[in-house]
Amino acid sequence: MANRSIRVDILARVEGEGALDLHVRDGKVTRAHLNIFEPPRLFEALLRGRGFMEAPDITARICGICPVAYQMSAVHAMEDALGVRVKGPLRALRRLLYCGEWIESHALHVVMLHAPDFLGYPDAIQMARDHGEAVRRGLALKKTGNALMRLLGGREIHPVNVRVGGFYRAPSRAELACLSAELERARDFAVETARWVATFPFPALERDYEFVGLRHPDEYPFNEGRIVSNRGLDIEAREFDTEFEERHVAHSTALHSVLKRRGSYLVGPMARYSLNFDRLPASVQALARECGLGAQCRNPFKSIIVRAIETVYACEEARRLIASYEEPEAASVPIAPRAGIGHACTEAPRGILYHTYTLAEDGSILAARIVPPTSQNQISIEEDIREVASAALELSDDALRDRCEQAIRNYDPCISCSCHFLRLNRHRE
Amino acid sequence: MAGKKRLAVWKFASCDGCQLSLLDCEDELLAVAEAVEIAYFPEASSRMAKGPYDLSLVEGSITTEHDALRIRKVRRQSKFLVTIGACATAGGIQSLRNFADVAEFVAAVYASPHYIKTLATSTPISDHVKVDFELRGCPINKTQLLELLSAFLAGRKPVISADSVCTECKQRGNICVMVQGIPCLGPVTHAGCGALCPACRRGCYGCFGPTENPNTAALAAEWQKLGAAPRDIRRAFRTFNAAAPAFRTESEAHGE
Repeated sequence: MANRSIRVDILARVEGEGALDLHVRDGKVTRAHLNIFEPPRLFEALLRGRGFMEAPDITARICGICPVAYQMSAVHAMEDALGVRVKGPLRALRRLLYCGEWIESHALHVVMLHAPDFLGYPDAIQMARDHGEAVRRGLALKKTGNALMRLLGGREIHPVNVRVGGFYRAPSRAELACLSAELERARDFAVETARWVATFPFPALERDYEFVGLRHPDEYPFNEGRIVSNRGLDIEAREFDTEFEERHVAHSTALHSVLKRRGSYLVGPMARYSLNFDRLPASVQALARECGLGAQCRNPFKSIIVRAIETVYACEEARRLIASYEEPEAASVPIAPRAGIGHACTEAPRGILYHTYTLAEDGSILAARIVPPTSQNQISIEEDIREVASAALELSDDALRDRCEQAIRNYDPCISCSCHFLRLNRHRE
Repeated sequence: MAGKKRLAVWKFASCDGCQLSLLDCEDELLAVAEAVEIAYFPEASSRMAKGPYDLSLVEGSITTEHDALRIRKVRRQSKFLVTIGACATAGGIQSLRNFADVAEFVAAVYASPHYIKTLATSTPISDHVKVDFELRGCPINKTQLLELLSAFLAGRKPVISADSVCTECKQRGNICVMVQGIPCLGPVTHAGCGALCPACRRGCYGCFGPTENPNTAALAAEWQKLGAAPRDIRRAFRTFNAAAPAFRTESEAHGE
């Protein structure tokens, strides 16, 4: 038992391709590496020379699980560069679209990908034999999220209706009203899901993360807000590069994003929730407490409860947005190309997603940079694995491997967001 | 699980959206899982059963030497191999590197380009192994995916239209956007999406790739009449199906 080496060659139930490499020597974890071997697709390079209007459609293809996040960060960054602000009903529609993606993505992860870890199944389909109702409820929730995206975006994966300046076509009040009843039922399903996951067994682990997320004066954040942390960070998206830096580290050959002054940090549901608990409606706060959460959550395994709580919020927020929707006069605001630099950060289901573009006078993209949530969480994931493994060394190799995989899945890592991720040759077969 | 057909889902360079389409069949997923044995689908299950498989769904394009070898291994283990989506069928958006210098592309993204092992091109699966059927789209249409699975189980050919998006516009009752002055790729694009973009009052941007015998030159001439510059036309043909021969050739006819 002095030297153990645990490897997971293909991480299951994550979006994209990754592997885990854990080394233990004399009762100490000496290496905990998350290896990403997603083939690079070089988005930031291929965006150069494209038109600013193409960015939302092209960057959506970075990730089929969270295309709306890419579209939202892209349109906000372009509008920043072009000096345009989208307000009123069009802003509300963007928020509503984001609700759809959060519901879909969270339901997928909570019920289909993550819950099987806690209950000891290889997948949700096997789990459905014993927990049929919970799985069907999760699928129904997911379907409602997809219905929202289909109505606003045309389709659930890579929506076609989002454009710089607003939308190509704005829905009518009547079209949106059709979804209200479904959302009410979805909210009940989400509440039941939250209560269900709150009963799972959670390994004891509390970590002192630096939470990073958006913060808005009065909303739980989706599209807008300052980038803040629980250690005093408080900046605009345009200042991203002064505080954050991406490092090309030798051991994993994947870009790791760090806070220049303090190192690793955490983005995603747990960070968002812990920074914005006071922005949740009282009913959702009460449900969170009922599910055993405080105003902050530091146990990464409990991120599944946080996701369920955020799903409840997204259902409620979607209903509110639909009830107060006024049809806009035009589906988009006028846009004229000009030279400039734009920045934006929005809250993807997995955490803040930063885009910046430099535009030429004719609106062609000269330079693009995209920092996805999973590259920001990579160091935190490895630190979690180290702690989780150190506390569980008495387990058999198989059980330890399962526990570490579960610790990775706590992050719902979206490895396909591959513009920054490289393949690691020496760890393949 | 004796007697059930064994299904495998593979990923190459892609966004995961097409395989997500299977999980997006919320009403049918559990029934699909009853009808076939989902033997290998890492995105959904940590149970990864060894081959051979009766049906392999392949997402993504080939961009690394390792993947060029891996797809051969997948083919050997698969009775039927079906590509799902624009990456696997036409090389995807990442095939824009095929028109550029990949070393320059890599250097533009990564601080230490020498760490990166990637091929100069992104190529469709059919450039590497025999493909039994191709599902188009970026992403695929999940109704077509279910039709493919049903047809496979019934031992028949899938019923999937090879018309252009124009046919779907007519079926849907869309007003033609070209008539309203909006350039549209619908006339040369394979059906399958249900004419989504024209329904949103924007031009089709070609997610499903070229239809059979597309008259791209005639369409490009129409675009010019609507005021599209050569650069706009080149960009339009160079997106998610940029490496599909008909679109590639047309894009090359419109200058640098």
